[in-house]
Amino acid sequence: MHVNTAPRRDPAWTGRVFALLATLVVVWPMLVLTEFKPWTLFSPESLPPTLHFLGDFFPPKLEPDFLRLVLFETWRTVAMATAGMTLALFLAIPMALLASRTLSISALTGRMALAPAVFRQGVRWLLMLLRSVPELIWALIFVRVVGLGPTSGVLAIALTYAGMLGKVYAEILESGDALPTQALLRNGAGRLQAFFYGQLPQSSSELTSYTVYRWECAIRSSAVLGFVGAGGLGQQMDASMKMFNGSEVATMLLMFMGLVWLADQVSRLLREALA
Amino acid sequence: MKVTLTGCSAQHPAALAAAAPALKRLDLSLTQGEQVAIIGPSGAGKTTLLQVMACALKPMQGKLLLNQRDPWALRTPALQRFRGQLFLAPQVPPLPPRQRVITAVLAGLLPGMGLWASLSNLLYPRQIELAEAALARFDLADKLFDRVDRLSGGERQRVGLARLVVAKAQLLLVDEPLSALDPERARQACESLTAVAREQQATLVATLHHVEMALAHFGRIVGLRDGEVVFDLPATQVTSARLTDLYARHLDELTGKAPGVDLTLAHTPAVTMACL
Repeated sequence: MHVNTAPRRDPAWTGRVFALLATLVVVWPMLVLTEFKPWTLFSPESLPPTLHFLGDFFPPKLEPDFLRLVLFETWRTVAMATAGMTLALFLAIPMALLASRTLSISALTGRMALAPAVFRQGVRWLLMLLRSVPELIWALIFVRVVGLGPTSGVLAIALTYAGMLGKVYAEILESGDALPTQALLRNGAGRLQAFFYGQLPQSSSELTSYTVYRWECAIRSSAVLGFVGAGGLGQQMDASMKMFNGSEVATMLLMFMGLVWLADQVSRLLREALA
Repeated sequence: MKVTLTGCSAQHPAALAAAAPALKRLDLSLTQGEQVAIIGPSGAGKTTLLQVMACALKPMQGKLLLNQRDPWALRTPALQRFRGQLFLAPQVPPLPPRQRVITAVLAGLLPGMGLWASLSNLLYPRQIELAEAALARFDLADKLFDRVDRLSGGERQRVGLARLVVAKAQLLLVDEPLSALDPERARQACESLTAVAREQQATLVATLHHVEMALAHFGRIVGLRDGEVVFDLPATQVTSARLTDLYARHLDELTGKAPGVDLTLAHTPAVTMACL
């Protein structure tokens, strides 16, 4: 007689129920803390004004004068992002090279010597400090120093992005194959030579794609910085939002989508060229 | 370059402290322009020995003298300048993907080049003929402007050797230069290596798995096992008995028949990558 000893229930079931309950227990206090009440969206006092504002989005405002203004501010936003990124690169590239452990000469023969190790860790902490302050805060500080206008936006982006780019560049460089670089250093090449002949060829595509992605992020954050008076499309959007002018906001949002699409295309082209 | 090792013990920094060192109180001395092949079973310490001579690994005990000077007494920048006179070609050619063959070969010139010269060399290589001549020694001149990641394993290995040719170092240390080459290419590569060392009056040390190649092309043979020198003899005095003894526990690694040795091998491993 055949006895079926296989369990009738899925043995994984208890574990899954437990994981689900545990997630709820963890997430629920966070939802309470953030006053997450999605039903207020549909309450009679908030729904009609919201729908009215969103209804204003169509049609987008397309008057020539306004379009000219939006195009100019868009250009200003892109310029702000690009200038900020360029300054950030000037800071980030040297710091990434200084922080990268694969370019250590003392580490060639075993453990890195104490002084270079401390120095590299110091550079990493500096990068952390730069990126742990949000660009909005940097912008508020610089608005006090240099006054309202794009300059404070550029400086804010430069500092925060230098921190982010420097950290990620150093990590990309360290994640590549270390052998070509080590071989060059062992045969007597300098650190920068080893970087250009050993590390850059294998990491250039990743570095470029990350840089273009960050440029796209910089365009978005320069728009946000406009809200605190750093100029550009954000400042216009802030004004339109305060006037509840949905059609103007819609035009500017469409402009943004165009910019992001453009950044995507640039990134794709560059990556294909470097593949 | 003259090389003198006295009582050198060494160990890879990642190895366990309790593990037996890869080199045990090893003595070895080479005169200028000498050509030496190091043979021995896997794990004998051949690669470690090369790394010690290349100043890539500091001996734990004992002394390394290069041209009667202790390189480890130098300060880091001076030591790094001095490393420009040494050339260590690792077994796996250290070529980054996407780099072109010409750049990979001319990278051998970096120690003698300023930063700006090396950058402009990336923009437009100025010593095309030099790279081409070096590649031609290994029958690879037609690949000059190809990308290294589009080459076969054997071609990549020969690009690594072409870099050694342009480096014009005084001490050439080559780790298993023939591991990815077919017999004919291996013979050609061996001849080119010894010829280059003779022309440049450099000392040449190569670790080889092909005992036959070592005996045919090198005047002096050092047999290494468990980090110790088993024999150090002119090639003509290396008898079959000594070889059988050297590879006693690893007879399958004695690839290619040494003179007079009759070993029945189940198969000949084409590439033995497992080396210290």
